[in-house]
Amino acid sequence: MSDLQQYVDQSVEVITVDGRVIVGTLKGFDQTTNIILSGCHERVFSETEGVEKVPLGLYIIRGDNICVVGELDTERDEAIDLSEIRAPPINDIMKR
Amino acid sequence: MTLIGQQVTVELKNDLAITGILVSVDQFLNIKLDDIHVVEEQKYPHMMAVKNCFIRGSVVRYVKLPASAVDTALLQDAARREAQQPTVPAPR
Repeated sequence: MSDLQQYVDQSVEVITVDGRVIVGTLKGFDQTTNIILSGCHERVFSETEGVEKVPLGLYIIRGDNICVVGELDTERDEAIDLSEIRAPPINDIMKR
Repeated sequence: MTLIGQQVTVELKNDLAITGILVSVDQFLNIKLDDIHVVEEQKYPHMMAVKNCFIRGSVVRYVKLPASAVDTALLQDAARREAQQPTVPAPR
């Protein structure tokens, strides 16, 4: 089964259908991929300046809005200097 | 025949393409990949620190399989067998 059990209590990076990147600790999930993230922040990517971190706190994200949930390798993540990264935001998923 | 353990590329509806080892697939076509990297990593550095991920089935556009992993003879056989079946009348 492809569920999110292995990511519970891990640091995860979530990409939403509108192209946002949200990083936090996965606290719970259900069969429709609704998820609970604690202590999360958004990473706003930009082509002109470094990545901006926006603190969000505790979030419940409805499954419909989720695109990818990735396990964050915290060591590798800390080694990346986000202020040096220039990249366009991820596209949203075009509704058809 | 299974594709679990094969390297596949999943292209999402947001144009992001993720290559990785297929770990599992469920009834919603949710997909788990291990040892991932993003195609065009220069353009999409957003997932640099992610090594395995869960992809929601509803956002998948394509799954690209290695041609060597597809048993065409088996598929052709199955299609032929299905074509020979008498057609079932549609339920009213």
